[in-house]
Amino acid sequence: MLEHQSETKPIACETDIVQVRRRVRELAIALKFSLIEQTKVVTATSEIARNTLIYGNGGEVVLEVLHEPTRCGLKLTFIDHGPGIVDLEQALTDHFTSGKGLGLGLGGSKRLMSEFEISSQPYLETRVMMIRWRNK
Amino acid sequence: MERLPIFKMGKYLLVTIQVDMHDQLALTLQDDLTIKIRETGAAGVLIDISALEIVDSFIGRILSTISLTASVLDADTIVVGMQPAVAITLVELGLSLKKVRTALNIDKGIELLNASHDAPC
Repeated sequence: MLEHQSETKPIACETDIVQVRRRVRELAIALKFSLIEQTKVVTATSEIARNTLIYGNGGEVVLEVLHEPTRCGLKLTFIDHGPGIVDLEQALTDHFTSGKGLGLGLGGSKRLMSEFEISSQPYLETRVMMIRWRNK
Repeated sequence: MERLPIFKMGKYLLVTIQVDMHDQLALTLQDDLTIKIRETGAAGVLIDISALEIVDSFIGRILSTISLTASVLDADTIVVGMQPAVAITLVELGLSLKKVRTALNIDKGIELLNASHDAPC
């Protein structure tokens, strides 16, 4: 089994979003994701990283490369300590937005990934975990 | 402040997005284009996104807003050169860009603009 990799990146300003997108692209390429898979993961990354910055007042993302016997994956965990999400079900609905967005961020990102989980305790910790798998 | 160059080609304006834009750069482009349309009296705007690796909901909203604002100023906007992987992702994300006109490349974009403004560029 190949080595697991993990790294943490800050999300404190707009250029951090660009940096995170770039790093996720590099990892997706290293995992031999197809161009379409790369594009989906990087797009979902961009959506959630922006949520972390704007709604979560900034935070961080943990990037992990997962290797299993039959598949490999890219796992991203976004963590912030902002006001959080009160109604998770509503937040995942398309076109629901509390801010100036289109309201496609959470629901749309979920569709672009293989696994997607949110937990939120307002002002303590909001965590979005998502994985994209690729079969070997 | 960092900004993207806007070129004048006859009666149209052309912007080529070749960088991974941070949000402020996209907002600046939106403002710059609106001002430039007014200044030049441009009849059309071509936005070349062939080098753009993703279009997320933020960039999607910027493209829609540019298109709407331009139409209020009597200019047509054509977004050209979207990569197939970007198009697939955009639809899955739930962005339809219904109000944004698109063309496969710059030449086709110019044809579209010329068709709606009879005299060629």
